Amino acid sequence: MASVSETHPANRSNPARWLVVAVPYVWLLLFFAAPFLIIVKISLSETAIALPPYTPLFKGFGAIGEFVSQLDFDNYLFLTGDPLYIEAYLSSLRIAVISTFLLLLIGYPMALAMARAPTTLRPTLVMLVILPFWTSFLIRVYAWIGILKPDGLLTLLLQSLGLLGADDQVQIFRTDYAVFIGIVYSYLPFMVLPLYSALEKMDNTLLEAASDLGCPPWKAFWKITFPLSLPGVIAGSMICFIPITGEFVIPDLLGGADTLMIGKTLWTEFFGNRDWPLASAVAVILLVMLVVPIVIFQNQQKKVA
Amino acid sequence: MRSSRFDATVLTLGFAFLYIPIIILVVYSFNASKLVTVWGGFSLQWYKTMWSNQGLMDAAWVTARVGIISATIGTVLGTLAALSLVRFVRFPGRTLFSGMIYAPLVMPEVITGLSMLLLFVAVGIDRGFWTVIIAHTTFTMCYVAIVVQSRLLTFDRSLEEAALDLGCPPVRTFFKITLPLIFPAVIAGWMLAFTLSLDDLVIASFTTGPGATTLPIKIYSQVRLGVTPEINAICTILIGLVTIGVIIASISTKRTEMRRIRDEHAALRGTT
Repeated sequence: MASVSETHPANRSNPARWLVVAVPYVWLLLFFAAPFLIIVKISLSETAIALPPYTPLFKGFGAIGEFVSQLDFDNYLFLTGDPLYIEAYLSSLRIAVISTFLLLLIGYPMALAMARAPTTLRPTLVMLVILPFWTSFLIRVYAWIGILKPDGLLTLLLQSLGLLGADDQVQIFRTDYAVFIGIVYSYLPFMVLPLYSALEKMDNTLLEAASDLGCPPWKAFWKITFPLSLPGVIAGSMICFIPITGEFVIPDLLGGADTLMIGKTLWTEFFGNRDWPLASAVAVILLVMLVVPIVIFQNQQKKVA
Repeated sequence: MRSSRFDATVLTLGFAFLYIPIIILVVYSFNASKLVTVWGGFSLQWYKTMWSNQGLMDAAWVTARVGIISATIGTVLGTLAALSLVRFVRFPGRTLFSGMIYAPLVMPEVITGLSMLLLFVAVGIDRGFWTVIIAHTTFTMCYVAIVVQSRLLTFDRSLEEAALDLGCPPVRTFFKITLPLIFPAVIAGWMLAFTLSLDDLVIASFTTGPGATTLPIKIYSQVRLGVTPEINAICTILIGLVTIGVIIASISTKRTEMRRIRDEHAALRGTT
């Protein structure tokens, strides 16, 4: 797409217009890109009892040779040698995969129903999906504590319905189930909205043609609707999967002591054990794991834009 | 029709799932009983204790200032970034630039938070109020960029071109034509940035320092100790503020949209 005002004579010779690009570019390089180089660097240094609690690695631009010779892979060796960390990574991936699948399972029918709703009703439905997203993440997770805890409202409800004995309690709080509920609840808007925007654009004449030709609705769904909504499925899944893998608040507040998630591990290494280099190494490995999904997400976004 | 009944059921269940926990939380903030599961009658006492909780009020004030400052800087930077993405088709490092806009949207917060903190420590900036603002500006500007970008993509360029053809300088064209037209998106971006800043726990925890405890950090430390009606009360106020904000924003967007259509019609009548 050739931009018109870019080639407009009044615009072309104006050097000040490059500030439009330069200002946000430099900001992001300084505060988003540069920190990643630092995190890699610090993950390769030793822990020291000092503030900051790591040995400084970089002492000037002339010291690059020294820099390479000082690289210390101990943190990575430690991480890969300890089954606890490997389990935490695998468990994060497992929880993220299962919750993304659950989100698709719940979000898809919702998005489809929204896309099939009367046109006048759709903006309201979209608004209703967005509104919880504007409410604090922490508040929404907190709301589930009161419901799920053993003497909480779910136990009370089931007891009053007679589904649960008076002495029994719902044992969901502080288990992986509570984590799944919390994740699905918090991320549902992120899944529904991309699916909806893909489904809403769909050409209904295709479905009519299929039904005219005698195709049963379920078959038409799998042959037409679902394949055409795949960009939305990929976008929604990536928007959910990537942050869920590094999720901290939900496993910390709803999960149990045995709920292993790497975001929680990183938090503990940093705030609990004050081992900054190890926390950095945990973050770098997490980032490496997420590179492929992030690239998929970016390509998807570029196609949409 | 069977499918429309199915759709109605799905939507009812879906929205019930989304809203019931929030409604319960709001209702129990008015509970006279301290026990979260026992209804002891209507009461506003938790709002009173919340109000007299100095730590909580200080945190709320810090959060409000962080939110307003970082959302404002983030909106300016995000709008510039959106203009860069849509209007500047080719410039060196464009792929890296768009990557840096999209990546923060999905980046796990623990990674963003930790890396920011390490940057501040490496360059020797004391952590506190301003480091939280820098961190919040950085991730909120990307959301603003996405919101404004989507408006710019559906934007009628002919008005801009007319202004430029008539010799209006580009900067003035931007402030007279482009900005007013994309303004609803800019405002929506600011609101999104403000709420994201208001909500953030993880990034703020990493980048904050003494004297800059934000509300989510305060709430989080209390939540870890257990569920109390006082937290419900502060959460209810936050939910209320956000809901009012969203409703006002959507009404005003609709109004400007209607006025714009009316003006366009008037203009068309005037020319004929």
